[in-house]
Amino acid sequence: MSAIQKAPQRPVSTYLHKRPNVRLIALLALPMTWLIGVYIISLALLLVTALWFIDPFTSKVIPGFTLDNFINIFTVPAYFSTAVRTLAIALAVTLVCILFAIPLGIFMAKIARPWVRNLLAVAITLPLWAGYLVKLLAMRLTFTEQGLFNWLMEPFGITGPGFGVPVTVLTLAYLWFPYMALPVFTAIRQLPHNLFDASADLGAKGWPTVFRMVLPLITPAIIAGSVFTFSLSLGDYLAAKFVGGSTQMIGSIIASNINLNPPVAAAFSMVPIAFVVMYLVIARRTGSLERM
Amino acid sequence: MSLKNLNKSFGDVIAVENLNLDIPHGEFFSMLGPSGSGKTTVLRIIAGFETATDGQVILEGSDVTELAPFDRDVNTVFQDYALFPHMTIQQNVEYGLRARKIPKIERAKLASEAIESVKLTHLADRSPHQLSGGQRQRIALARALVLRPKVLLLDEPLGALDKQLREEMQVELKRIQREAGITFIFVTHDQEEAMRMSDRIAVFNAGKIEQIGAPREVYESPSSAFVASFLGVSNLISGASAKSLFGSEEMFNIRPERIKLSDEKSQLASGEHGVIATITDVAYTGANTLYVLESESGLRLIATRLNEELPGQDIRLESGDRVLASFRKEHVAKIPNHK
Repeated sequence: MSAIQKAPQRPVSTYLHKRPNVRLIALLALPMTWLIGVYIISLALLLVTALWFIDPFTSKVIPGFTLDNFINIFTVPAYFSTAVRTLAIALAVTLVCILFAIPLGIFMAKIARPWVRNLLAVAITLPLWAGYLVKLLAMRLTFTEQGLFNWLMEPFGITGPGFGVPVTVLTLAYLWFPYMALPVFTAIRQLPHNLFDASADLGAKGWPTVFRMVLPLITPAIIAGSVFTFSLSLGDYLAAKFVGGSTQMIGSIIASNINLNPPVAAAFSMVPIAFVVMYLVIARRTGSLERM
Repeated sequence: MSLKNLNKSFGDVIAVENLNLDIPHGEFFSMLGPSGSGKTTVLRIIAGFETATDGQVILEGSDVTELAPFDRDVNTVFQDYALFPHMTIQQNVEYGLRARKIPKIERAKLASEAIESVKLTHLADRSPHQLSGGQRQRIALARALVLRPKVLLLDEPLGALDKQLREEMQVELKRIQREAGITFIFVTHDQEEAMRMSDRIAVFNAGKIEQIGAPREVYESPSSAFVASFLGVSNLISGASAKSLFGSEEMFNIRPERIKLSDEKSQLASGEHGVIATITDVAYTGANTLYVLESESGLRLIATRLNEELPGQDIRLESGDRVLASFRKEHVAKIPNHK
């Protein structure tokens, strides 16, 4: 019969072991400080600032309460059309990304040999390693008047679109494409190969297979990707500045008002947020978020 | 449906070699073989998922070798069912009808009938993940049969089911095949399943067909050692043992259930071969008892005996007992293709 010995004492571990709440606080201390302290509070400040106004003579910001800044978004034609244009550009960018990502994803996931697939995966993510301005400059050089596009297309009598909304859409699609292509590729890769065989076996050709089988099954991935392509496009203004010609986006208005009229800039900052919230509500309505 | 000089290679690997096959309309035809023997590849070539390196696939008189899967009057039931997870059972069954642009009302009617024929009408609005394996299997069958194909291909469709369900589905499949009158080409590695269901069996080995015939034919008169040992248990006897027993060094086969065990002092009846052997192992398997025997000359035999009596009430045979293992001459099958 051996006596039971007392286990070596571990006061800190024992204390934490008995108190799950303390452990939870320790775990979440840093992320919560960041989330509440930086993220939520700054957003709240933004909303509050949007309710202030500036003194027309001194241009000083006066704390107060006015909805004029929000009303202006709808009533000033230049503001309203810019909001609508930005929304249209963001939707177009998302659509372009989807159109490119699906066939590419099908090729990578189901047809390409492993080394081609890996090469393409690197090629898709490679632009993420290059700086933002580098990519803008590349697009600018491609579409400028004496640029690559015009030079290539000259023999066919085609001249490029010039800097404007279409090139802005293309540029933004180029910038954010990885965020769409990767989830779409991953989702298609997870589809059993047999489903493609079954679809063909049952008589469905390429298009019906994509529309009735692939598209519904990868909708969650498309939504995930589009949250990036859509919201990043909504907030962008440098693309419009460098390749958009005279194109104005919401970001352009915010940037030009940041010093001149902070309340207007703050009110405009709410517009992309509102669009994204609306987008997510619609996505939720379609039931696609539940399958995410 | 026939295959003519079919060849398929993946790079340097030959999957199917010079294969010829004729399957009459309405036959239940099984392709049996171990994994990697080329049976699934042949099925996929018939379906159109793989292209043949050489040769022809002929379906009711027309050459479909070059046609895409969606242009062939052939449908497939996949091993893991391949039901579309985002669609209900009804929508799954309607998928092929929709691809054929059949009007909505007729489509719904045909699909409902097909679901009814597999007795799952009450589950039509469920989605596939809410169904059990056996139910999914039936839906996969309904989805293929609703298109009334000339040939239905089944790729190890019962492989994922447990034994009891598998036996139920075997009966069910056979019934559906009889009622629909469609040619079934059934791929399996389970010899019992193939024997139970098929009109004819093709035994595959290394990309070639070793033998084609009715279940009785391939079991009783195997054309090669491979066929003999792949279908059921076999006692292949060749060389010196064959010479002393049968007077020839060719290869012979005797099935374990045809070997009679009796006292070592008993006499051989006329028309019987026999050998004195020692029992080295006894295994009770329920319906049968299996005995492993070894003769003095080193010949190993497996014999099985039906357990007609309760254990112990029968003649008792145990490890170490010496017995006379005898079998009738007409039960010995000569293996013709033995080199």
